[in-house]
Amino acid sequence: MAKEKFDIIQSTCIPIAIDNNNTDNIIPARFLAFTTRDPKFYGDAFMHDIRYNADGTPVADFVMNQAPFNETPSKGNREIVIGGQNWGSGSSREHAAWAIAGYGIRVVISNSFADIHRNNLLNCFVLPVIVSREFQLELFDTVAKNPNAEVKVDVPNQTVTNVTTGNSEHFDINSYKKYCLMNAYDDIDFLLSNTDKIENYENK
Amino acid sequence: MGKTLFDKIWDAHVVQNVEDGPTQLYIDRLYAHEVTSPQAFDTLRDKGIKAFRPDHVIAMPDHNTPSDQQDHIDDPIGKKQVETLAANCAEFGIKHFAMGTKDNGIIHVVGPEKALSLPGMTIVCGDSHTSTHGAVGAIAMGIGTSEVAQVLASQCILQSKPKTMRINVEGTLPEGTTAKDVALYIMAQMTTSGATGYAVEYAGSAIRNMSMEGRLTLSNLSIEMGSRAGLIAPDEVTFAYLKDREYAPKGEAWDKAVEEWKKLKSDDDAVFDKEVTYKAEDIAPRITYGTNPGAGIAIDECIPTTDGMSESEKAQFLSMLEYMQFEPGQKLEGTPVDYCFLGACTNGRIEDFRAFASVVKGKKKADNVVAWLVPGSWLVRQQIIDEGIDKILEEAGFELRLPSCSACLAMNPDKVPAGKLSISTSNRNFVGRQGPGARTILASPLVVAASAITGVVTDPRKL
Repeated sequence: MAKEKFDIIQSTCIPIAIDNNNTDNIIPARFLAFTTRDPKFYGDAFMHDIRYNADGTPVADFVMNQAPFNETPSKGNREIVIGGQNWGSGSSREHAAWAIAGYGIRVVISNSFADIHRNNLLNCFVLPVIVSREFQLELFDTVAKNPNAEVKVDVPNQTVTNVTTGNSEHFDINSYKKYCLMNAYDDIDFLLSNTDKIENYENK
Repeated sequence: MGKTLFDKIWDAHVVQNVEDGPTQLYIDRLYAHEVTSPQAFDTLRDKGIKAFRPDHVIAMPDHNTPSDQQDHIDDPIGKKQVETLAANCAEFGIKHFAMGTKDNGIIHVVGPEKALSLPGMTIVCGDSHTSTHGAVGAIAMGIGTSEVAQVLASQCILQSKPKTMRINVEGTLPEGTTAKDVALYIMAQMTTSGATGYAVEYAGSAIRNMSMEGRLTLSNLSIEMGSRAGLIAPDEVTFAYLKDREYAPKGEAWDKAVEEWKKLKSDDDAVFDKEVTYKAEDIAPRITYGTNPGAGIAIDECIPTTDGMSESEKAQFLSMLEYMQFEPGQKLEGTPVDYCFLGACTNGRIEDFRAFASVVKGKKKADNVVAWLVPGSWLVRQQIIDEGIDKILEEAGFELRLPSCSACLAMNPDKVPAGKLSISTSNRNFVGRQGPGARTILASPLVVAASAITGVVTDPRKL
């Protein structure tokens, strides 16, 4: 997946108000049989069976098929998903994070994420932002009233702001992960730079 | 202050604690299957590195494996994925249990039954049901493909330490209630995110009295409560199960290992971040009615009504029931089923086949039902045959299939057609999980067996 350094993202949103939006929803199992790493392949499969009918036609009443939420994400536009509670539960498939990243999403906001999916998002350079239930509901409400309402995610200062109402919350991320996101630095590189410590551990 | 079982194993595997960051945790065992590993091997090739400790890694295909024959895979995409795993294992020097060989099966069945998963270990796999292996007294967690690559490259992962939760189940489980029902009950009580952020330890007399197979079923379903890990302190049941198995320590090494494993329990004064206790007597055979595993009821109860729900809860609840073609307040007992599935990493072990056979013995499968009985491994299949269970099944009109993940997740030919209702011993009833448009009721092997005989959702206590 493309690694773009994080700083401040201000963007319009896609509200996906589904609770327990499990990773089978985010990407159905049949897309997992492929060995490709093509971001577009996975992006096209994002929410596939919720977005499309069995005959391939778009499901008209699903938000991702409705203007303006059907716009392809670009800088400042539709780069942020506001998700329901317990986002990404179920299967550990990182393909779900690839689908979100491949679609062009950089931030997912929810009041709760499943543990494995949250790590997967971070490893795919998509920022999961945990907010309070009140803040999440206000965001849904704001976007319902104005589909072009913006959210500002300030990674250096760890704040998320509903630009319309001005309400803002602090979000948690440890210093190490914040460094990774802001510098496009991978866990695997960190681990490979520490093999002496691993060998010391093994020889204990 | 004393330590929890989880703390003891975690602390023994810390390579370093990154300042204001995660822990670098050493991994004793990485399991790899065909679905979540190809891109991890690609990462190693991109970086031009070898597998750091290939002897700590065991791989086998299970998701794409057909259950009717295993000479070939018809689907070219699934076939390529299985071949890719074999090729990657050859290239990186990793032990590979090939499809159709006696070593093969579902990773979460094979690992414990070959004693590749042992007490005190840290175990990971690119699969959320890795929590299963925690039943032997290990930290076992599902990870993503990036993390699979990290473990291949360094035998370590970076993880923030979860909080700890102890779930006690005290008392004696009523007749007809199994480990599966215990798990479905806990999920219904605490929801599918009730244990998110926690590593769970199961304790209490009902757990102590549970067989190893039952414990593996319970730990398997930890992830459906939101917990990545579900540990059970090893005891005589664990040791008896593991002794003399293929990769278990032997002779003096075994005795020494057991001495160490006996220390693997939460100290009496250990404090958990959260502790809950359930009464075994309250747990009846259960079924799910919705599209998450927490949406469940006792088999003789009715689906809840919308009373007291907020507008948004009500909308999601009704949309879930619309998919399932059920009504609020409906009783599901007696509802015709189309498919019955016994198997998966949840209920594909010998005890599950014994339970199923005990119900169907001397009876006949209902004509309206397609039944898939799929052992979790070739070892389980052999034991079924050795115990003569296959004959009982055959006489009742059932066919014993070949080891595979099968109808759990629609990645092989065993798919439930759109609109059809399946009653299944698998772990997830998500929309489309068993096939696009398929409807799934989760239940124990006893409930599935009773329903396969009558052709309708049936309480095994009443059969």
